[in-house]
Amino acid sequence: MTEEKVLLAHGDGGQLMADLVSRVFQAEFGEPLEGLDGQTLGDDCAVFYYGARFAFTTDSFVVSPLFFPGGDIGRLAVFGTVNDLATAGAMPVCLSASFILEEGLAMDIVRKVAASMAEACREANVPILTGDTKVVPRGQADQMFVTTTGVGAFLLPWPVTGDGARPGDIILINGPIGDHGFAILSKREGMKLESDIVSDCAHLDDLVRTAFKASRKIHAMRDPTRGGLATSLCDLAAQSKVCIEVDEDKIPVRESVRAGCELLGLDPLYLANEGKMIMIVDPEQADKILNALKGHALGQESAVIGRVLDGPAGRAQVKSSAGTHRILQKYAGEPLPRIC
Amino acid sequence: MRYLDEFRDANIVQALGRKLSEWPDDRSPKSSPTLMEVCGTHTMAIARHGLRELLPDGVRLVSGPGCPVCVTAQGQIDKFLAIGDGQVIKATFGDLVRVPGSPGRAGPSTLEAERASGTDVRIVYSPMDALAIAKENPGKQVIFFAVGFETTAPGVAASVLEAEREGIENYSIFCAHKLVPPALEALVSPGSAGESGISGFILPGHVSAIIGARAYEFLAREYRVPCVVAGFEPTDILQGILALLRQHLEGRAEIEIQYSRAVTPEGNARARQIMERVFQPCDAEWRGLGGIPRSGLDLREEYGTFDAEKRFPVEVPVFDEPAGCLCGLILQGRATPEECPLFGRSCTPVAPVGPCMVSSEGTCAAWYRYPPVRRVKA
Amino acid sequence: MCLAIPMEVESIAGEEAIVKQAGLRRNVRLDLLDEVEPGDYVLIHAGFAIEKVRPEEAEETLALLREMAGAIP
Repeated sequence: MTEEKVLLAHGDGGQLMADLVSRVFQAEFGEPLEGLDGQTLGDDCAVFYYGARFAFTTDSFVVSPLFFPGGDIGRLAVFGTVNDLATAGAMPVCLSASFILEEGLAMDIVRKVAASMAEACREANVPILTGDTKVVPRGQADQMFVTTTGVGAFLLPWPVTGDGARPGDIILINGPIGDHGFAILSKREGMKLESDIVSDCAHLDDLVRTAFKASRKIHAMRDPTRGGLATSLCDLAAQSKVCIEVDEDKIPVRESVRAGCELLGLDPLYLANEGKMIMIVDPEQADKILNALKGHALGQESAVIGRVLDGPAGRAQVKSSAGTHRILQKYAGEPLPRIC
Repeated sequence: MRYLDEFRDANIVQALGRKLSEWPDDRSPKSSPTLMEVCGTHTMAIARHGLRELLPDGVRLVSGPGCPVCVTAQGQIDKFLAIGDGQVIKATFGDLVRVPGSPGRAGPSTLEAERASGTDVRIVYSPMDALAIAKENPGKQVIFFAVGFETTAPGVAASVLEAEREGIENYSIFCAHKLVPPALEALVSPGSAGESGISGFILPGHVSAIIGARAYEFLAREYRVPCVVAGFEPTDILQGILALLRQHLEGRAEIEIQYSRAVTPEGNARARQIMERVFQPCDAEWRGLGGIPRSGLDLREEYGTFDAEKRFPVEVPVFDEPAGCLCGLILQGRATPEECPLFGRSCTPVAPVGPCMVSSEGTCAAWYRYPPVRRVKA
Repeated sequence: MCLAIPMEVESIAGEEAIVKQAGLRRNVRLDLLDEVEPGDYVLIHAGFAIEKVRPEEAEETLALLREMAGAIP
């Protein structure tokens, strides 16, 4: 038997990654230290109490290509970190940014990424306070890797966690899914598709604030990044121990993303998003929150996409327009184009 | 999307579902046919649209040997993993990237693992893209993993002809194409491994667009198996199943075309011409089904220079299929995943052994995720 | 082995064509078909047009399906 190796699929947000995190990292890191109460497992950021309650998150960015339609690794790094904090209902206070640069990388590229990050920070009104830089020999990093940490302050006295969904809750999303994942894939060698799709890369803290102003009864949130909407719904269903059902024809997907997915054999439900937030809310407040989202620049195409049911705990399913069902899974690895 | 959305109309799907529910529930042999679809794309479409939920209780629908993932022999995967001198660029369709070779082999077990170990593996959408990679990298050899059935082989043939026309010397193909009709014959021949009791085939729409519905006449004439060539939208598949059930009930065995907007009795002669100019039939090994005579394609002698195995001779140890793996029987519709000793134990979607688990919609992968409950209660 | 979608031929240049569907465009090869014209819908598989979509048959199939559904055609 060959020795176990890390595969690309271990990083794709699906089942293999979950296994790696629990079997290797969590097994070693164990429980948080006394005095700091950690967050429930599976959430995008941790919560600790030290005089006040803070949200704390870290993230790494290894996207290739570095520059893609609608964004770049720098912008993605800033907004991705802000969004992790936002899923817990926290507004960003400050960030750090570390860089691993490959020897031989054009300095101009580094400059462009830094400028983009600065611009993103201005847009999100969050400073980068500290960082680090390392250079590795040619071939040991794919041009540039960025790692961030973020600290956030809560809008409400309590953090929003992934286990808060309850039967009867309504599921909302702020716009069409699959844009980012498709934009990245279509730029990669071999796909050669001409489309108007750009990444939806955006910072969602203000959108979340707007939603909370309309109602505090937002029970769970998740930003569906790697693994897409489907993976996040599976995670939420498992964490909250509920059954989640979404309606296929209510999930917004751009026509060109749909066409591209049909052509390449991809499922938009599994493509990454960088400017979307799933919100699971109290049914009586759903309309109010939906309207608030629609009034926001990043939520104009918001929609009700489903509901939380009393059914089998941990199941996430899609109901087709004809009434048939398809149970969603967490797949090992990123969606790949198919001919079959 | 034109010519797609109209065939997904929910009202029509529901109505076809209601028609299916009129199927007699008396559990007599006549009312309990086993239908087989033989195209991975059909398997995916049925799963995606939840169509099994609409099948009447007496009707059994099994997944046959229908996708490159499922049927490419482990030995061929082993060879493609081993081929080349470490400097080649290996181009492949996305479908094959996570398919494991033999568990006993030394070295990376999938193309994905090979990429993690430093091999230049590129995913392409078209063989022409692989050819373009060869043009852009004149100093490196590009080997394209040519899998797929008669839908795909003509395009691969065209890429070889183009390479010849343009004098591109660093492009070659590892030919693993398979043909559908011989496999169907193996599945229904009495006395061969195929005593499977298949009462009808849902035939692959796009393979049929190339080879023509007439290519299947022998199934009706010699083997008395009802067949319908169906499209891939939910209404196509349901209409196809209804037509098959009607044939079965009326004791007919014909080759019907449901997918008339793309399939004719004659098929696409020009595509076949190109395919036959470059390729010739050969005996082939099917994962799980064993050897089927004249069921694969080989490059003709005059195109031998494009044969990757000639440019890069490769020997790999022969491994037996994993002990206990029932994929062969499952692909033929003669066993269910639960009957396989490896299912759910040493064979899971995260660590698949055979093709039925490797394909995300393969019979075993689908069964593993959700044991077939016909009506999913909300 | 059968993933192919209908796309409309926008323009033709020798053995290549630009096809489009819902805001998406791709360059594809026409080696496998004769007599393709802009405006035709073709099935695209692995970068090749493998067959034309026949509009009359499509209408006929749809009409039949709608009749079965009792829907207004």
